[in-house]
Amino acid sequence: MSVTESFAQTPDKGGPAQPLVIVRDLQKHFPIRGGILGRTTAHVQAVDGVSFSVRKGETLGIVGESGCGKSTTARLLIGLIEKDKGEIIFDGQALGESLSLRDLRRDVQMVFQDSYASLNPRLTILDSVAFGARVQGLDEPEDRARSLMARVGLDPDRFAHRYPHELSGGQRQRVNIARALAMSPRLVVLDEAVSALDKSVEAQVLNLLTDLRREYGLTYIFISHDLNVVRYISDRILVMYLGEVVEVAPVDSIWQQQAHPYTRSLFSAMPSMDPDNRTKVPPLAGDPPNPINPPSGCRFHTRCRYAEAVCKSAAPRLGALPGAPDHLTACHLHDAASGHSRAGMGIPA
Amino acid sequence: MTRLLDIRNLTLRFTGKRTVHALNNVSLAMEQGETLALLGESGSGKSVTLKALLGLLPPKRTQIEGQMTVNGIDVLSLSGRALQKYRGGEVSMVFQEPALALDPVYTIGHQIAESVMRHKGVSRAEAMSTALDMLDRVRIPSANRRLHNYPHELSGGMRQRVMIALALACRPRLLLADEPTTALDATVQIQILLLLRELQKEFGMGVIFVTHDIGVAVEISERVAVMYAGQIVEEGTTREIIKEARHPYTQGLLAANLHDVARGARLNAIPGAPPSLEVKPDACSFAPRCPLAHADCLKGLPPMVHPAPRRRVACVCAERMAAE
Repeated sequence: MSVTESFAQTPDKGGPAQPLVIVRDLQKHFPIRGGILGRTTAHVQAVDGVSFSVRKGETLGIVGESGCGKSTTARLLIGLIEKDKGEIIFDGQALGESLSLRDLRRDVQMVFQDSYASLNPRLTILDSVAFGARVQGLDEPEDRARSLMARVGLDPDRFAHRYPHELSGGQRQRVNIARALAMSPRLVVLDEAVSALDKSVEAQVLNLLTDLRREYGLTYIFISHDLNVVRYISDRILVMYLGEVVEVAPVDSIWQQQAHPYTRSLFSAMPSMDPDNRTKVPPLAGDPPNPINPPSGCRFHTRCRYAEAVCKSAAPRLGALPGAPDHLTACHLHDAASGHSRAGMGIPA
Repeated sequence: MTRLLDIRNLTLRFTGKRTVHALNNVSLAMEQGETLALLGESGSGKSVTLKALLGLLPPKRTQIEGQMTVNGIDVLSLSGRALQKYRGGEVSMVFQEPALALDPVYTIGHQIAESVMRHKGVSRAEAMSTALDMLDRVRIPSANRRLHNYPHELSGGMRQRVMIALALACRPRLLLADEPTTALDATVQIQILLLLRELQKEFGMGVIFVTHDIGVAVEISERVAVMYAGQIVEEGTTREIIKEARHPYTQGLLAANLHDVARGARLNAIPGAPPSLEVKPDACSFAPRCPLAHADCLKGLPPMVHPAPRRRVACVCAERMAAE
């Protein structure tokens, strides 16, 4: 099937060295209103000073627990909610300056966790997949939709005229992937896209995502709470805690050494998969604190076993580990000038 | 000592506009104080088994055949008072969503005490002190104050601890846990798993833990039964299931866990999707997705092979392997 010219990806502008996405000091606080007058009484500090970049063709995995801001970050990235502060630079062009939201949305697409809620129940599968292309005024959206359905493993003759409720969760998530690809995006944000699927179906969808990335030259941001899945699909992992980035590193590097105490706890909370060697002590006590009034200084200090006075008073900055320029962490233990009694020595073994 | 649990040839159908064959000939036995994980994907019948054990299914639309005994009590014959005494007394359940399972308009102390008063016939004051003791045992900090909290004032992990305290307040012999950690964050999930493991030892009760996550099953249980399309396809100790799974479905599930898969390597995914349960299976339900399937698999129900005591596999290929 021939694909018309208009469906080609937008051309690379910055060259291979220019990161596809650069996020700088991104901030989003949601106001909480209360009382009779509906005055703002507090803010949920969902995302607070988040910076990272995504290289062309790589997959960045974002992990963290509920309330850590990973989904808010994703929504800010594709302009579903408006940022308070900070910059989003897509292939060298800053959003809101040289890049309009409409152009950004052609290049960035998203797949959500709830495959049912993210499809219009009154549109057939074919219409759902073709919808974006129609809105953007591209040629022959139906042909494009049919070929994409076939590509994601849904026979268009069987599925084109069905409705979302007639499909299984795995099939619906394939529809959502086809719909995301319909605009020939360069970046696809997958927000817990496989989390609701059964394990056997999850593996099928992961295989599909891996193939599509190669075929279409895609870049992924893959958000998940499942470390095994993130390790499998990602090149780099970014760990968030209460709206902040605590660590970002290449997969192999972080798998070998978790520099931040929170990352280490998160990794040790993974089930052991070894009946002879089960987990004996939980790595952390209690639940994550509320992002409405996050702790001062390092936000993890209330649950960290290495916390000292400095952790309560000063927020650590994201910095590289010695000898590993792409392994960054925000922890006083790794900052020689922090004033922590183990400053510069890292987590005790 | 009587067996804690004995399910024999349990067949369960939901009737109505369309029939769903939710359980087909399920047999399962547990000794006192054992922990068993029921492992399976959505629609495999694991939650239905738990609900049947508590008599929670709508009687008008459910057809049940077979036998279920818990501690010698014939569950299917219970009704009225006897059923009330059995629920919460002999067997109780921890649900996936504590926010939905707890009553929002009563304090947690009140809810626990109510169950104790009903079952033990003690005074309110005595029941409240039991409630306090239970909150301590599930490691809720400053339990005295928490006793007077409403469910919405607690975090998700705390609520699940309360749910466990409520379930264990009357010292049941068997605890049913329906994915109790699925809605929790990873660092909280492991806390709840370890808590359940400790309490199980302390109280010496049996636990059936329903989960779709093999990793969780390994952390919590001694034995594992794998369910697929309303049948148990494999059972054994956790070690046997993890190290030498024999059923192709179990093997596929283990591979899909991604525990030690090389990064980016092609996954050995099980193709297709589970069957609809509208017809009663007359052949191996897994055959259409099975990499080892051949003509024999479609001729009839697979044989139950017993490679070791209390170990079973429902598969033609396992039979052949055992014969060799």
